[in-house]
Amino acid sequence: MTAPRLDVRGVSKRFPGVLANDKVDFAVAPGEIHALLGENGAGKSTLVKMIYGVLHPDEGTLHWNGEQVAIADPHAARALGIGMVFQHFSLFEAMTVLENVALGMDRSEDRGTLARRVREVSQAYGLPLDPERDVYTLSVGERQRIEIVRCLLQNPKLLIMDEPTSVLTPQEVERLFETLRKLASEGVSILYISHKLAEIKALCDRATILRGGKVVAACDPKAETAKSMAQLMIGAELKTVTRRRGGDPLEKQGGKPRLVVEGLSLESEEVHGTDLKNVSFSVRAGEVFGIAGVAGNGQNELLQALAGESLADHASALRIDGVAAGRQDAGRRRKLGLCAVPEERNGHGAVPGMTLVENAVLSAHHRLGLVSALFVRAVAAARFAGRIVETFDVRTPGTSAAAGSLSGGNLQKFIVGREILQKPTVLVVSQPTWGVDAGAAAAIHQALSDLAAEGVAVVVVSQDLDELLAITDRLAVINVGVLSDAMTTKDASVEEIGLLMGGVHGLAPEEDVNAA
Amino acid sequence: MPLKPPLVKIEPRRESPRSLLYATPLLAVVLTVVAGFFIFLAMGYDPLLALYHFFISPLTSFYGWSELFVKGAPLILIGVGLAVGFRANVWNIGAEGQLTMGAIAGGAVALAFWGEENWITLPLMCGAGIAGGMAYAAIPAFLKTRFGVNEILTSLMLTYVATLFLSTLVYGPLKDPLGFNFPQSRMFGDDALLPILLSGTRLHLGTLVALAVAVAGWVLMSFTIVGFQVRVLGQAPAAARYAGFSAKRIVWFCLLLSGGLAGLAGLFEVAGPIGQLVPSISPGYGFTAIIVAFLGRLNPLGIVLSGLLMALSYIGGETAQVEVGLPQAVTGVFQGLLLFFLLASDFLVRYRLRWRVAAPQAQAAE
Repeated sequence: MTAPRLDVRGVSKRFPGVLANDKVDFAVAPGEIHALLGENGAGKSTLVKMIYGVLHPDEGTLHWNGEQVAIADPHAARALGIGMVFQHFSLFEAMTVLENVALGMDRSEDRGTLARRVREVSQAYGLPLDPERDVYTLSVGERQRIEIVRCLLQNPKLLIMDEPTSVLTPQEVERLFETLRKLASEGVSILYISHKLAEIKALCDRATILRGGKVVAACDPKAETAKSMAQLMIGAELKTVTRRRGGDPLEKQGGKPRLVVEGLSLESEEVHGTDLKNVSFSVRAGEVFGIAGVAGNGQNELLQALAGESLADHASALRIDGVAAGRQDAGRRRKLGLCAVPEERNGHGAVPGMTLVENAVLSAHHRLGLVSALFVRAVAAARFAGRIVETFDVRTPGTSAAAGSLSGGNLQKFIVGREILQKPTVLVVSQPTWGVDAGAAAAIHQALSDLAAEGVAVVVVSQDLDELLAITDRLAVINVGVLSDAMTTKDASVEEIGLLMGGVHGLAPEEDVNAA
Repeated sequence: MPLKPPLVKIEPRRESPRSLLYATPLLAVVLTVVAGFFIFLAMGYDPLLALYHFFISPLTSFYGWSELFVKGAPLILIGVGLAVGFRANVWNIGAEGQLTMGAIAGGAVALAFWGEENWITLPLMCGAGIAGGMAYAAIPAFLKTRFGVNEILTSLMLTYVATLFLSTLVYGPLKDPLGFNFPQSRMFGDDALLPILLSGTRLHLGTLVALAVAVAGWVLMSFTIVGFQVRVLGQAPAAARYAGFSAKRIVWFCLLLSGGLAGLAGLFEVAGPIGQLVPSISPGYGFTAIIVAFLGRLNPLGIVLSGLLMALSYIGGETAQVEVGLPQAVTGVFQGLLLFFLLASDFLVRYRLRWRVAAPQAQAAE
């Protein structure tokens, strides 16, 4: 038996406050397509960054063809024969394909030879690419080919692909898979990072599943079902759901719909953003509605579309208590009763350099009348800020402290408190307890729960499935900008949610996978 | 071979005391004087004498003080407008052009009334001056909000267009018919000139307006929702969107305000100290006001002080030219030095340089 191409033994990496990788072991054989599977934050990126020399392990060793190596930087990684295609490309739009390839090469090569080699490689691996084209004229799929060709020109023995299909069309995905299979058949090992179960089943020979920085399983994806892998990825044994108040779902059926979203489509303004596609759901008075999903699947775009930071193309895409508000900006939606807490606290939900009083004015002046005749009512604003600090136990030296000086949890309590005390009729909250200590998290959950009990429609967007299972009445899953049908949380199965998060829709995922 | 880490690393300081924010302008002034000392020395002048004539002798007479306010008025007017925009990250660099357009528009009104001026002439001129500056600033505002064009480039380039347009007019249609073909308009009539506040000086009504505008600007930025929106947009654009503040409206507001005030400053120049349209109506007030705005910490009240200081650099430059024979360019050198030292000390208050000593080690926190 030959030595594995790459053998990772007991690798750990610690960042302040978090153990990103905890004694990770796995090996990739020559010619193997190996999947690294895990939710966001499971430690996949940290792990491959260490393999590619961007980060260095705190503990453990890396072995290359049986020999222990220390990979100082990406340059050294490439010298060993490790290539990596990043999720986000680093290309100069105004330059040609050839110029971009030349810039990424470690050795300089004359233009003619390089152009010939680019053509050869792109033909050999089914990656059609014209070296003379300007990059800005190319589609995302074509741009990815540049990155792949750039790697292949260096004759890699191990190719790392970080979420390569997140930006591709299904046809492009199919094409990419053919290329990867051909490479593997020639003995190149491929480390394929993804959370998409169907793809991993279709492509990969082995899979290592990470959760919370640890390897929880190593399996043959072809022998596993998408369900069983989803379970491993999410960790079903953790799901002893502690249901919030024993509210009667039938009673809530009676509540009138306060927020109705219908056919909301939106192109993302971000370069690597996710477009929202025909999102529909409705939330009744007194209901907590959850939106689950792996990060980067359109949650930010959805929150902005709900809050009014980006406007829908037609007014009836979003109704607040029956009023068509799709074309109303954030201020007008607040007046209608919709308040929101964005995911990012510093710089989005609050202005770090401004005082808590000023930050109270930021979003509350519409509903609380903190402005009269253009002038900010300083006394009223200070009183309101003080009330937030008191009611939500925000630890701060005073309301004239800068928002940026508060700890993450305290600032989150302040922001959530600011929105709740405005007495909204609809509250949209993103990642309510992200980076917040347990005590503050419990307080925030309680506040959301109380708010719902008063008849407010609450929407919680979170990557933390446990949180959603604990506090929501119904939930839906967002994947690449598409929102699944809503399900009752009490009856939802973790497997089903996991499949939806992994992009497997419909009732017979196994057949889809086999067909691919 | 691994890449070497850079020789100097720039790190943000953990905390920079707020008091330093106000100390840096003073520090910059001191450093400018010190640098000036050595420049004069290197040029072969008596440095103390040169510095005396540059900084002190203009302030030894009442007339000198009055000139300080005459030259400070346009700087303060423009500086206040620019500062509001800078707070919102709206970088209007073309105040000089807006000043010129304001002077043209207001001056054209004066010439239209020529010989038949009455009490309404001056207010109309002021209105036209503001409108001219605003209209000219509306071009970068439109291009920025509609097409995302960088306002720094458009406003700056339009400055040269405005200056050439003024030349075209005073060499052509607005030339004084009885002016022996000199490139200048008729002298404005008495009712088209700003009243003089103190006889024997050039102190005109515009200086009072400039001070009033500074106070109004301070109230706007400190106490109104408009100023609040401007500050939020500048510090955290995403938070502005979250709060429902329209970035486009704020960009329009900032450019129209700074353009309008620059236009008014231009009108005050032609209706005050100059009294007619000439090919060159400003010694770069529109550009110097950028320094004024930053030196005044973008605070309208601070801008009154920094505006007067920069006015001194104009007057001092002239005095030193007459008394010591320094070249006129020394004014520009001092203004440049001041901005340089201000930016440098601001930077060093917030960051520190760390020199590479030993080979860096991969270190894990905690």
